[in-house]
Amino acid sequence: MAEFLDYFRKERLPHIWCPGCGHGTVTGALVRAIDRLGLDKNNIVLVSGIGCSSRAVGYLDFDTLHTTHGRAIAFATGVKLARPDLKVIVMTGDGDCAAIGGNHFIHAARRNIDITTIIMNNSIYGMTSGQYSPTTPHGMFATTAPYGNVEYEFDLCELAKAAGATYVARATSYHVTLLTDLIEQAIMNKGFSVVEAMTQCPTYFGRKNKIGGPVETLNWIKDRTVNVKAASSLPPEKLQGKMLIGELYKAERPEYTASYMEMSAKVQRTYNDNFKYKGGDRGCELNSD
Amino acid sequence: MSEEIRLMKGDEAIGEAAVRAGCKAYFGYPITPQNELTAYMAKHMLDKGRTFIQAESEVAAINMVYGAASTGARAMTSSSSPGISLKQEGISYLCGADLPCVIVNVARSGPGLGGISPSQGDYFQSTRGGGHGDYHTIVLAPKSVQEAADLTYEAFSISERYRIPVLVLADGLIGQMMEGVVFKDEIDPASLPPEPFAVGHQAETGRPNRHVTSINLVPEELEKQNIVRFERYGQVKKELTRYEEVQVEDADLVLVAYGTAARVCLGALQDARRKGLKVGLFRPITLWPFPDAAIGRLAGKGSRFLSVEMSMGQMVEDVRLAVNGRAPVDFYGRCGGMVPSEEEVLAEIERILGKRS
Ligand SMILES: Cc1ncc(C[n+]2csc(CCOP(=O)(O)OP(=O)(O)O)c2C)c(N)n1
Repeated sequence: MAEFLDYFRKERLPHIWCPGCGHGTVTGALVRAIDRLGLDKNNIVLVSGIGCSSRAVGYLDFDTLHTTHGRAIAFATGVKLARPDLKVIVMTGDGDCAAIGGNHFIHAARRNIDITTIIMNNSIYGMTSGQYSPTTPHGMFATTAPYGNVEYEFDLCELAKAAGATYVARATSYHVTLLTDLIEQAIMNKGFSVVEAMTQCPTYFGRKNKIGGPVETLNWIKDRTVNVKAASSLPPEKLQGKMLIGELYKAERPEYTASYMEMSAKVQRTYNDNFKYKGGDRGCELNSD
Repeated sequence: MSEEIRLMKGDEAIGEAAVRAGCKAYFGYPITPQNELTAYMAKHMLDKGRTFIQAESEVAAINMVYGAASTGARAMTSSSSPGISLKQEGISYLCGADLPCVIVNVARSGPGLGGISPSQGDYFQSTRGGGHGDYHTIVLAPKSVQEAADLTYEAFSISERYRIPVLVLADGLIGQMMEGVVFKDEIDPASLPPEPFAVGHQAETGRPNRHVTSINLVPEELEKQNIVRFERYGQVKKELTRYEEVQVEDADLVLVAYGTAARVCLGALQDARRKGLKVGLFRPITLWPFPDAAIGRLAGKGSRFLSVEMSMGQMVEDVRLAVNGRAPVDFYGRCGGMVPSEEEVLAEIERILGKRS
């Protein structure tokens, strides 16, 4: 396994994640997927926001951007449009992606821009010590939900699908093989791809909810999942309160940077002279606001 | 005032003071080093039947404050530097609409994400308005847990009196440390008189509908609105400017420092006095309005100044403006989350007063 270490900035290890945290497992799955695809790591840019999860890019020996809280996808959009030839992968947390970054997330999906987003969803704000996030299940506890969460959680995969993502999948830090496979598929999809990796935060989520330590928290996640393939043959009551794992959605739709380049080529053909168009001047329309 | 002394973290004391001041609605978003304040409000607003919401972002939180303030409710948000940057748009709109509210910044070091250690690098942002347009917020700078509680408590009524948002500018050290604190009596929000600008209750009273906004596309009118607001700022300067002076009367050198840096300076002052050096301390409590007249008075008496800050030098510009060339003004600062030590400040004092061997 020694060669996997080549994907890491060894001088930055050991990492700061708590013992039993699932973020390392997800990071490992990403590295294995990239390795299996045989991609040149120097053609990949990893972008993250802020959070325990977003720390991952600091440990990975790629070209990396560690950016502002919630807005990694906006930064990644900038990278992708400036260099469409690069593979751009975003590593983000549930708070980062779905709370403060929710707007960027849905708009990237709407554009179907070729970015792979891996959401490390531990259902809590880890870095800031255990506040509820948009994926904390209703009724669960957090430092800012001392009487139980009054809000209801997002289904991030449904959200991504509805907003226009063309590859949507979910696995957990328990189902590591599945997770690696799905990340591989996501990276290869030409469009906006989302892999939600449910992962355990024993320190805050496990403790605040009296679930127990890392193993119990991981099992708690596992027990809430059903594989999408098995789900079709199960009666509805068996699916109550369960999250589907596996490949949840795949579609063909024009990818944003490709469409953009196509449009650009067309515009260049039509307006080959900078200021003249069919004999007239190319001015701006007047705007009043 | 109940005399019970409680040992509390600064963040929690700010929360308790806000609850006691009758804060009816708090909107937060997690960020270190103010998380204990958000958690405190999560616990104690609900059990008083008031509103706590963890918003989806700082931008959402400040606009929720705008909404709540529009109904006349005592409303508050808190954050730390990067989150306060995000609130600037909302603060500009609040100022444009003349709405009162309280904003707490438990500041950390920047720029960008920076670090989570204390800093005074947000001085410019706090005192110059921070967002776009011509405006100020009132800025209160506590140096202790007790003062953080007292200023937060008072911030609500100050804000309502002038219809200007009040910013309580603490730092990570004040937010995180524990000290003894005595709280003022609890105000029942229901006992507060209705605000003349508040929306809601129109149906019961039959009064004309109200329009809360900062927009005005007629230049003549907008200019007038701004001038009227600045007249109010003039009134604030006259009535509210606050500072503390320690042994300034005979001082050859006056240290100017606020918040955590002022605590360090007080220690350095005592060391310097023991060495026979005539050093004083001037501590602005309101950073806006800045106590420039009081500093000007000391400059007129012949003292020179040393501005000590946890920044690369921001308040020193206001000290220079107040001194207006009448005396030398030096600067000593640490930044990036570093807090100057008493020894460092003393060495600087000795250097300036030429007593260093
Ligand atoms: C503008 C801004 N607001 C708030 C923060 C504080 N902050 C850092 S990480 C984080 C949330 C982390 O939660 P999540 O994205 O779920 O990741 P996790 O730490 O659980 O992996 C927050 C609110 C910040 N850094 N910047």
